[in-house]
Amino acid sequence: MVAVGTNFLAAIGRIFLSFTAATGRLSIFTATALSHCVTPPIYPRLLMRQMMSIGYYSLPVVGMTAVFTGMVLALQIYSGSSRFNAEGAVATIVVIGITRELGPVLTGLMVAGRVGAAMAAEIGTMRVTEQIDALTTLSTNPFKYLVVPRLIAGALMLPLLVLVADIIGVMGGYLVGTEKLGFNSASYIDNTFEFLEQIDVISGLVKASAFGFIVSLMGCYHGYHSRGGAQGVGAATTNAVVSASILILAANYIITELFFDI
Amino acid sequence: MTEHIADKATAKISMNDVHKSFGPKVVLDGLNLDVGRGESVVVIGGSGTGKSVMLKCVLGLLHPDGGSIKVDGEEVVGMGGKDRDRVLDKFGMLFQSAALFDSLKVWENVAFGLIQGRGMSRDDAKGVALTKMAQVGLGEEVGELGPAELSGGMQKRVGLARAIATEPEIIFFDEPTTGLDPIMGDVINDLIVDCVKELGATTLSITHDLASARKIADRIAMIYKGQIIWAGPTDQIDQSGNAHVDQFIHGRAEGPIQMEVLRP
Ligand SMILES: Nc1ncnc2c1ncn2[C@@H]1O[C@H](COP(=O)(O)OP(=O)(O)OP(=O)(O)O)[C@@H](O)[C@H]1O
Ligand SMILES: [Mg+2]
Repeated sequence: MVAVGTNFLAAIGRIFLSFTAATGRLSIFTATALSHCVTPPIYPRLLMRQMMSIGYYSLPVVGMTAVFTGMVLALQIYSGSSRFNAEGAVATIVVIGITRELGPVLTGLMVAGRVGAAMAAEIGTMRVTEQIDALTTLSTNPFKYLVVPRLIAGALMLPLLVLVADIIGVMGGYLVGTEKLGFNSASYIDNTFEFLEQIDVISGLVKASAFGFIVSLMGCYHGYHSRGGAQGVGAATTNAVVSASILILAANYIITELFFDI
Repeated sequence: MTEHIADKATAKISMNDVHKSFGPKVVLDGLNLDVGRGESVVVIGGSGTGKSVMLKCVLGLLHPDGGSIKVDGEEVVGMGGKDRDRVLDKFGMLFQSAALFDSLKVWENVAFGLIQGRGMSRDDAKGVALTKMAQVGLGEEVGELGPAELSGGMQKRVGLARAIATEPEIIFFDEPTTGLDPIMGDVINDLIVDCVKELGATTLSITHDLASARKIADRIAMIYKGQIIWAGPTDQIDQSGNAHVDQFIHGRAEGPIQMEVLRP
């Protein structure tokens, strides 16, 4: 009984210690990366390439996600609000739901799966095949060359993606609203914009920037610290996606609360 | 213990009592080795004895647990930031695994240090890169390929061209001739000798290839159990009087070095 008790305590202690160590390592990694973001040299070619791969090539995935989400949202809100005869609110709730919540969160999660995984796999492979060591010996700082372009591209491109997602999502709602639910086109559009406030869109874009940073940070961090061949790279990829997703959802709550009183 | 170098003050690289362990596994256990300015030193030793780890400790890619490593008289253990960058500018390194960047073309790999490190224009750097590639027997058409399209020996030669492209003061070659045919191996030996003679570079090489060691080395050192157990001029390797060295250079399974293998 005593032995079981101490084992249990030891296990908790070990978990706590490894958690603290991981947090510390991540903090150091983030601080180092940020300090390299603001000191020269920066690599414009690499930044452009990352902006393309994060922004442009994510458009199909993000667009599909947004259109179906907008469509289903219109259906669900219609059926829900009909219970208290508030069907007129469909357009307004769709646009607020998309811009404040679903646009940024779903875009963030989709990009975490698409881009975060690819970053972890690429940087992880470079780590285990000594390419990162080779960078260092060729007078190139791996943080500046690999991490900084991805972080900046992530934080810049996600808001643009979310803006596109907002528009496509609202259009999805509009399609279902007018084609299936029988709303008049002009009044649906009126209702969409009548109660929409700047803060709805802005808070969503701020979230997007934070989510983009999180996705890139997790991809780079797990890739950079991967160990031990193909298996290690696989684990890094999984960890990058899972941790980015959880951090996105947590950050989403925190940012929403910060914006809530405004 | 044999003497390691005549004049310690002029040593380009000086390792003193270097220790490095991975968890419980002790890899370097008080290693001492000096490499003189313009000298070519070859380290030989069994597989897994810490030769690559030693090079990485000098470069700061691994951090020694203890001891001192000096480059041009300057302590580099624990060095970081700008100082580390300045010291690394002196080095070129051929990795055992070649470690080519697979997102770049072959010529961009070779030109990498020139473009990123020295700020040379892409066109000029490409010219230099193609010259260096020609020196290791790779034609212009290879330059446009990706590293994954090359054979193992070709990758090694690209890695070699990349290591010497910036004409660094100090070059580390980790098994430069492994995976090459004997003729190309000898071409590479000549190239390394030229680097030392013409560029005045200091080189520290690792090899299992005794013929290559005899050709490129001014001095040979043998590593065993994390220490340098013998070091001396190349022409004395056959009269080292050290049973470990004798066993190694004659490649005998019987002797003081026992491989941990299961014998039927
Ligand atoms: N990053 C690392 N983590 C843990 N152990 C390591 C690491 N790098 C090397 N080792 C261990 O250190 C020992 C020496 O490795 P090293 O690569 O220096 O051998 P080597 O002398 O270069 O051998 P070879 O001639 O086969 O290349 C090995 O036993 C290896 O298991
Ligand atoms: Mg090795």
